[in-house]
Formats: sequence, C-alpha cells, structure tokens
Amino acid sequence: MEKVTLTINGIQVQAPKDYTILKAAREIGIHIPTLCYLEGVNEIGACRVCVVEVERARALLTACTTPVAEGMVVKTNSKRVREARKMVVELILANHNRECLVCDRNGSCELQKLTEELGIKEVSYEGVKRTPTIDDFSPSIVRDTSKCILCGRCIATCKNVQEIGILEFTNRGFNTEVSPAFNSSMTEMPCIYCGQCVNACPVAALREKSSIDDVWEAIDNPDLHVIVQSAPAVRAALGECFDNPIGTNVTGKMATALHMMGFDKVFDTNFAADLTILEEGTELLGRIKNGGVLPMITSCSPGWINFAELNYPELLPHLSSCKSPHQMFGAIMKTHYAKMNNIDPKKIYVVSVMPCTAKKYECKREEMGRDGYLDVDTVITTRELGKMIKQASIDFNELAEGKFDEYYGDYSGAAVIFGATGGVMEAALRTVADVLTGKDLEAIEYKAVRGEERIREAEVQIGDLTVKAAVTHSAAGARKIMEMIKAGEADYHFIEIMGCDGGCVNGGGQPHVSATNRVGIDIRLERAKALYSEDESLEIRKSHKNPSITRLYEEFLGEPNSHVAHEVLHTHYAGRDKYNLKK
Amino acid sequence: MENQVMKEVLNEKNFAALDQVIEANKDRKGALMPILHEAQNIFGALPIEVQTVISEKLDISLAEIYGVVTFYSQFSLVPKGEFVIGLCLGTACYVKGAQNILDRLETELGIKVGETSKDGKFTLEATRCLGCCGLAPVMVINEKVYGRLEPGQITGILKQYK
Ligand code: SF4
Ligand code: SF4
Ligand code: SF4
Ligand code: FES
Repeated sequence: MEKVTLTINGIQVQAPKDYTILKAAREIGIHIPTLCYLEGVNEIGACRVCVVEVERARALLTACTTPVAEGMVVKTNSKRVREARKMVVELILANHNRECLVCDRNGSCELQKLTEELGIKEVSYEGVKRTPTIDDFSPSIVRDTSKCILCGRCIATCKNVQEIGILEFTNRGFNTEVSPAFNSSMTEMPCIYCGQCVNACPVAALREKSSIDDVWEAIDNPDLHVIVQSAPAVRAALGECFDNPIGTNVTGKMATALHMMGFDKVFDTNFAADLTILEEGTELLGRIKNGGVLPMITSCSPGWINFAELNYPELLPHLSSCKSPHQMFGAIMKTHYAKMNNIDPKKIYVVSVMPCTAKKYECKREEMGRDGYLDVDTVITTRELGKMIKQASIDFNELAEGKFDEYYGDYSGAAVIFGATGGVMEAALRTVADVLTGKDLEAIEYKAVRGEERIREAEVQIGDLTVKAAVTHSAAGARKIMEMIKAGEADYHFIEIMGCDGGCVNGGGQPHVSATNRVGIDIRLERAKALYSEDESLEIRKSHKNPSITRLYEEFLGEPNSHVAHEVLHTHYAGRDKYNLKK
Repeated sequence: MENQVMKEVLNEKNFAALDQVIEANKDRKGALMPILHEAQNIFGALPIEVQTVISEKLDISLAEIYGVVTFYSQFSLVPKGEFVIGLCLGTACYVKGAQNILDRLETELGIKVGETSKDGKFTLEATRCLGCCGLAPVMVINEKVYGRLEPGQITGILKQYK
C-alpha cells in the first residue's frame, strides 16, 4: 500500500494511504479517545468524541473516519479539541440517566471512563430527558434506553457481525432511539439472545438479566443442596474481571473461589462436554451407518438453536438431539447424582456459570427437565460470577490453585477446547477416530478445524471412511451453512455451529473489553489459546478416556444413546414464529 | 392494528398489489424507498403486517425498514383519518400559545399528536412552520387554514367536521 507522510502533534509519521487519522496516531502511541468507534464493526463517525484539528480544515474532523493525506498536519489535543470533546460528552450526559454508583457498568463503563479522562466536573446543560423504555421481558437481556448514548455499536454488531438486524436507529431528531422494530420487546422479534450486542455496548443500555440475587439466596437456603458448574470458556476470561491480561487461564483460582463462595459441590461442565462427545459421536456414527439425516449439526450453542428454530424450522432434523453440555450436566445431577447421594432432586439447585446469555433462556425451556423441575435452575454469566466473587470479598488474584470436586468435576483436554470455535469438532474427531479404527491414535490434533475463518472444512481419513466436516461460527456463518444445506451443496457428515463469533470464548456473557482495549488484539484468539494450552497440558485428551465418564455409563447410562441416555440427555426442537407482537 | 380501518385495508387484493410492486422493483438499487412509497399508497399506511412482507421479500431486516419508516414523515404506521389536523408548533405559533391549542385538541379528540381517532375521522399532527406567522397560532384541517386561534374556538371548529 502506498504511504503518505503526515505530522501528528509535531511528529512526522508515515502511514498507508487507507489509514484513518485514528489508526495512524495509535501506531505512534498517540491516544485519541473514541466512543462510537468499534474497530472493524462500527466506523460511522457518529459521536464526534474523536475530533482532531487538521490544518487548513475549517471544522474539526473525526479521527475515526478521516483518512490520512500527504502533508496533513494534525493536532490531537489542542485546547480547541479538548473543549469540543468536552462539549460533546456533556451533551450526551445531559440526556443520560447518570446513576453510576448503582449502575450495572460501574467500573466497566466507557462513558464513565471518558468523562473522567476529559475532566468533566459538571454538566452545564440540563435538557429534557427522553422517556425511557426498559425492556426486561427476556430472560437473557435487558434493554434500558435511559442509558443509551446512540452510538450504534449494538446495531452494527447485530446487523453486520451476526447479520440478524434486531436493533436499529428509529424515529428522528430528539426522539431518535435505538430499538427493535415497533419499539417492541426483544422477545417479540427473532432475537437469538446471543448477547453480542451487550458485549458491544459501551454503557449499561444493554446488559444481561442478572440472576446474582437468586444464586446468593439459594446458597443461603439450608434446605437446598447447591451445585455449581462452569463452562470451558469461563476459565479463559474470568481473570479479566480482576485485571489479568486477556487470555489468562484461571481454572484453579476459579475452583477455589467457587468453594469459598459456599456452593455445596463445585463441578465442571467439562465433564458433560466429554459426555456430549460420546452421545453426539455415537449419534453421528449411527446416522452415517443407518442412512439418517446428514449433515448432522452440533447443538451445544443455544444462540444457534434459537437461530435455527426461528429461521430454518424445516431443517431442524439436521440438529443433533443432544442437549447442550450444561443441560446434560444438570440432568445427571437431578437423576443419577441425586440417587447416588440420596438427595431429593427437588432439593438440588444447579447453577451454571456460562459465557453466554442465551443459556439463561435455554435453561427455562419446558423440555429441559422432568417431573416439574428443571435440569438447571439458574444461569449466571462470567461477568456475574466476577461480580459475585467481589461481593464475597474474595481477593481473587491471591487465591491458591484449587480443584473441582471429584467424579463430576473430572474432564479431558478434549472437553476444554469446547470453548473455542472448532473445539467440539476436534474433540469429536478424536473419539470417532478411535472408535472407528479400534485403536488409541496418537495424532489427535486436528489443526484444520482451528482458527477464526468463517467457514472451515476438513476431510479426515479414518479407517476406510472419509469424514467430511465443516465448522462455522456466528449467526452469519450459520446462515451461510443453512443456505448451503437448502441448496443441496453441503456435502458434509458433520458440522459444528456456534452462535457467537469465535465460539463461546467470545460469548455474550464474557467480560467486557473496551473498544480501546480491543485494538490490535484478537480477543477470540487470545482466549482460545488459553484453552488449547490447557488441553496440551493434560494427560487425558480424549473424551472416551475420561475414567469418570466410563464410570457414569457403567453406573447409570449403560451405553451411549441408550434408552436412559435418550430420556435424560437428549431433547427435541420446534419451529417458532419470527414475530410475536403482542397486539 | 386494532383499528377497524386497518383491518379493512389489509385485504388480499392489496397484498397482491404489494407483491406486484415488490416484484417490479426488487432488483433495482435502492428498491426500498419506492416500494415503501407504493405500499403507503396501497394501504394508506405501513403497519407491521405490510412491513414484514417487505422485509421477507427484500431480505432487509424489519428493524431497518421500521427505522426508515419512522425517519421520514411521509410514511405513517397507521392510516390517516378522513380529516388531518395539522397544528403548527413552530416558534411563532408556540410563543402565541399553540401549546394551549394542542392541549385542547388532544382532550377534545381523545388522541395525542401522531394518532388517529378510533372512528378513523381525525388525525392530529404537529407541523413545521406554515409560512403564515402573522396568523399565529395556526392550524390546518385538510386544506383549510384557521388562524389567530383561541382555545375556546376549538369545539366549534371540530363540530363542523363531525
Ligand atoms: S452507563 Fe456508565 S455513565 Fe451511565 S450510569 Fe452507568 S456507569 Fe454511569
Ligand atoms: S442478542 Fe444477538 S440477536 Fe439479539 S439483538 Fe443482540 S446481537 Fe442481535
Ligand atoms: S444500546 Fe448501547 S451500543 Fe446500542 S446504541 Fe445504545 S449505547 Fe450504543
Ligand atoms: S465519531 Fe469517532 S469515535 Fe465516535
């Protein structure tokens, strides 16, 4: 790319012609504050927080959208610039429900930080405030327009990353809002509850529906036996809530913290991830052998399940009938574990810590339980767990490395990588290959299915079967694959689909990373690395080699896809109307 | 839409006409605006039943379409009444007490700005300056202009249309 020379704050810089001023400044360590800008996703120049002074330009220009030019002279922090930024933010604050002390984003809010950085001490304009909408009908996400600063980051994420498009700027002028069509509830629109918009939101206008109080109450209730499990991706991100670098694995400390919080048992969803591989792998081999519906698609991601039910009801038979791992886990707790330990299943309370907001919806689905009780009682996100650890006054970074309780806390390396896109596929291949060849194969890393490419394909020769596999992530990827299936162009046996971009490591319940901290780092990759290295460090790296899984089949399930297994671990899906406007 | 008028316009014939309009336009660039215009003509408004059809056929999200519909004042979500009352809320009229007139209209008609009365007779709108500030406060009913209004006159004026 052709380069141009420009001057920023007196420093000469060479930058490729297609760079913005913002990008060129960042490369030489000059920080320009931003608010609406989300690299690669939302670059619309809406908020004007990033304005800079450019010689010979009459007005101040937005650094996030203005391209560099030969001979350009830029000042990023003159008095004029500082005052303009202050005014922009003051105007935002004038129409903002400023109750930081009791706000969900207190401490992780980009607007709060910006206000501090710009040195705003009072809000001189006090305008009429818009009448807020608070939509808390969904079990997953709360939308609160009293906090919305109209940056458009959620819109761009839902529209361009997920390619769903639930949120939009509506009305105009003073009445402009960001909302679903007809200012309806997200429950009335084909929202899949993935929470990607929550991750994109710089403030508390989109947030998860909190279940923290429910969990503390359960722990405090002497009649309840409270069990906690946490998903693979949680350990790759929880550390960020305590200022650890992105990609720090905190498995041991998390186990210690969960014990200290007062859960009766601290188990691991990884155990159920191994179980999933046996159930799903067996289902796949059965379909291949008996001419069942192919390609078969994974069913671990409730965001993806929602997407399929809302958009492709006619293709639901392609989905594996396996419940998602944490639901399998809950089901095992309320059946087998209850019996073994002589506890009334109604007195067992299962909490799942998940990187996901869609799982809050999933656990309340009617099919997910039996005899009037649910498999999983409550789902909290990684962010909520971080908050609870703080509420319990636990000094997380100083904790010793603890362990999960035995049996249902045991897992293989294959389970750990479930949290990254491609992980379920790789874990399945490890087991399917052994089953088909009857050997204990040593080559177990299937690197072709790793990475962040939207659709990845692999052909794996196992004995005399060539297994054709595909992996995709995000609803946009899911749509591509589904259209391929519709067109008869998906010549695969097995497809892994995750509803979020990058898989669960980048789920809608993971800790917020500010737009500024996202620059120059792929959080999906960093968090995935933490999982792949834990996998490598483990002795047992194949699901079927997890001795506790073998034990569970001996004691309870018999064999994979047995009658009992179907009863407890499998489910079904049903098409749903896209629009459900309550008239 | 509970509105009786709406129920009537959401008929098969109109939806068939909409299909034709979509077919004729869908491959051209910027198809959405002309289609919305035609749809507004056919149905007299763009309720959700109409927007979802356009959304599905053009593969544009419902939210995006709703965003456009609510951005441009020429589109409306519910059909307009037989008589459209436009009250100027520009500066001059405002200073001369347009708010009192508005309050009175809202009570008399039982609707708020932007709404249409249940019987489909009246739609109440706030308009921009009509360019006759000398007559402030001003209101227009269909084409007829009423100037130098006093709240006390409203009942009488509305009677002529009932
Ligand atoms: S969203 Fe941010 S600025 Fe607004 S009240 Fe919450 S913490 Fe404060
Ligand atoms: S939860 Fe997902 S589908 Fe729903 S609005 Fe947010 S990004 Fe879009
Ligand atoms: S909801 Fe959040 S991300 Fe969306 S426009 Fe409002 S402040 Fe921005
Ligand atoms: S306009 Fe550049 S960050 Fe908003």
